[in-house]
Amino acid sequence: MAASAGVTYNQMVVRELSDADADRIFHALADATRRDIIARVAREGLSVSALAQHYPMSFAAVQKHVAVLHRAGLVHKERRGREQVVQARPATLRRAIELLEAYERIWRQRVDGIDRLLAEE
Amino acid sequence: MPVVKSYKDAEALTLTVVAEFAAPVERVWQVWEDPRLLERWWGPPGWPATFERHEFVVGGRCAYYMTGPGGERSRGWWRITAIEPPRRLEFDDGFADESGEPQLEGTVIHGVVTLEPQETGTRMTIVCRFDDAAAMEQMLAMGMEEGITQSAGQIDDLLG
Repeated sequence: MAASAGVTYNQMVVRELSDADADRIFHALADATRRDIIARVAREGLSVSALAQHYPMSFAAVQKHVAVLHRAGLVHKERRGREQVVQARPATLRRAIELLEAYERIWRQRVDGIDRLLAEE
Repeated sequence: MPVVKSYKDAEALTLTVVAEFAAPVERVWQVWEDPRLLERWWGPPGWPATFERHEFVVGGRCAYYMTGPGGERSRGWWRITAIEPPRRLEFDDGFADESGEPQLEGTVIHGVVTLEPQETGTRMTIVCRFDDAAAMEQMLAMGMEEGITQSAGQIDDLLG
């Protein structure tokens, strides 16, 4: 009974995690401006102000688009002097981050275990 | 909230986790040094660890297995590369075959644990470095499942 409930929870959580990732990526790519930004920063790193010159919208609006791409893990940002340079993130790097996140969950659970143990005595 | 921050460096394949405990450095060191305490938190929920060998000296080996819900065993080993009680521990962590021998081709994680006294207790910093992404994939074939099981436990707690 407990075991079968465990499996159900696992399946649910796996689905939720992957759905949430997929939602962020599809949402990020569902916009023509954002797709265009990705195409530009895949060739070379560009500052937000350099990007903003290509679109009939404010700097702040372009910054928001970049933020959506960043949350989906599709670009990374690097500070160079006073500017934030935006670059497309290669798939291998995205995968590495996912894996590190999974490993982080294991360590969080170990830390909780230590905390419980220390609280016992 | 024991974990105070974490940092992931995808290019260096490194994970850093910083945690704070309301206990002195010596007691936090004990949960690593004493195999009977270590095995109470090393394995993920549902996979308790048993340390059959635990040589807490430089060059020392540790050997353990974790027992799954169906009685299946997953074996691992450590090799201590540096130790300064009660402040610092460096070790390599990998999988072992059924006899407990390290799988030479397998994943190795290089871990550095640092304990620092704080006014309210102890700050523990763990830095884990993977050799390459393939090694991480291999380790997480099981680890991913463990992490997810833990999230499931949290959901359980919320619902309960």
